[in-house]
Amino acid sequence: MLPLIDVCIAGWGSYIPLYRITVEEIAKVWGKSAKHFKDELLIDEKAIAGQDEDVSTIAVEAAKNALRRACISPKRLGAVFVGSESKPYAVKPTGTIVAEAIDATPRVLAADLEFACKAGTECLQCCTGLVGSGMIEYGMAIGADTAQGAPADALEFSAGCGGTALIVGQKKKTKDPVATLEGSVSYVTDTPDFWRRPKKEYPSHAEAFTGEPAYFTHTVSASKMLFEELSLKPSDFKHAVFHQPNGKFPIRAAKYLGFKREQIDAGLLVPSIGNLYSGSSITGFSAVLDVAKPGDRIFLVSFGSGAGSDAFSFTVDDGILAKRDLAPTVERYIERKKNVDYAIYAKYRRKIVV
Amino acid sequence: MSVPRYWRNMPKREKLESKKCEKCGHVDFPPRARCLKCGSDALIPYTLPDRGKLTSFTIVRSAPKGFEKMTPYVLGVVELIDRTLITVQITDVDPSDVAIGMPLESVFRKVCEDGDCGIIEYAIKFRPAV
Repeated sequence: MLPLIDVCIAGWGSYIPLYRITVEEIAKVWGKSAKHFKDELLIDEKAIAGQDEDVSTIAVEAAKNALRRACISPKRLGAVFVGSESKPYAVKPTGTIVAEAIDATPRVLAADLEFACKAGTECLQCCTGLVGSGMIEYGMAIGADTAQGAPADALEFSAGCGGTALIVGQKKKTKDPVATLEGSVSYVTDTPDFWRRPKKEYPSHAEAFTGEPAYFTHTVSASKMLFEELSLKPSDFKHAVFHQPNGKFPIRAAKYLGFKREQIDAGLLVPSIGNLYSGSSITGFSAVLDVAKPGDRIFLVSFGSGAGSDAFSFTVDDGILAKRDLAPTVERYIERKKNVDYAIYAKYRRKIVV
Repeated sequence: MSVPRYWRNMPKREKLESKKCEKCGHVDFPPRARCLKCGSDALIPYTLPDRGKLTSFTIVRSAPKGFEKMTPYVLGVVELIDRTLITVQITDVDPSDVAIGMPLESVFRKVCEDGDCGIIEYAIKFRPAV
């Protein structure tokens, strides 16, 4: 897919909460071994939202950081999309909360999207369409989650909190474009690998079925479709970012496609913050923008259960250098941390029912 | 807090929107109908800065209704970089680590919830600068 008008990333910003819990701490409570999660799934600890945080607050901080880097008035945003599977309200848009908090209201389109872990890049596709057709000047795409994992379930070891906002603009009208979109594809099928039914607190999953027919089929297929459409190959990219439910999956998918380990390192965040679900792949992308150089080509592919993948190719522009230091980097947020024990984690994540 | 009252207070609670006296330059927060310093009613819209330093604080261990599960939490008086003083909750900090003079920045956070069925209230808090 290619928009009629060239679009670019005009600004980017992320947010990772302060608190962390290690896989050892979770394993200790449930009598499990941390070794599997550390050595095979490559997760050391995960980020958890504080008691006064939710997807709205995470999205607002990421959005403010993106606006700082975009150097535009929030009134120029024509759309604010929030992708999440942990909306604070079942009915009431997170998009309006974010749009109001960043002062983008009232002349703005605001909506929430859900597609398991793929909702962040869905927002990016929507913004690309609106900006690339000339309907709006700038659009904000946010992927954020306070991911749920049932106590003792494998997901509890990886489900993290955090998110990223990307501001998409028309390249010709954007001062100091950060990265230009070369093209994108979306690949979806009805594959029930992971789901959460209404009124249920925690998601369910089909165990190993989440791997081969779900994550790998969709991620690899979308990637190959994009390479074919743009006549590109893995070696043409400086950086590659994959959805990161754990460390094992993206490394294996990257290797299968022909990427080298050094191409995915900058965007591989799951060992230190866990799986940010809707925020996972785009926060990896944000971390890559924090270090990328003008001329670099970046590959981004998401995955959302249910299932589908969006794949993108960007080339980095000179404007990235002027904007990088205008907001905290992902690395800065990862360094800023405080580890808590399971009791505090259970309180913060509302696992204690009073 | 009722839904209409929360909604009316959103500009000042969520965006620190206030008024500045056109005559003497004084800023009141929350905004007033008249300047508390010179009494003028010539006030213009003004958004408070997002950075400041802690000038005083207390640790709340016995909380009012709706905040019981948040204890202990820190309430502080922050002197913003424009010298305006605001009373606000300090978050992302262990009460034992709070210190007068610490640099702070504003952050959008959840304040409380009206039970399981009511609205979620958000507001600006301050935290140690990232």
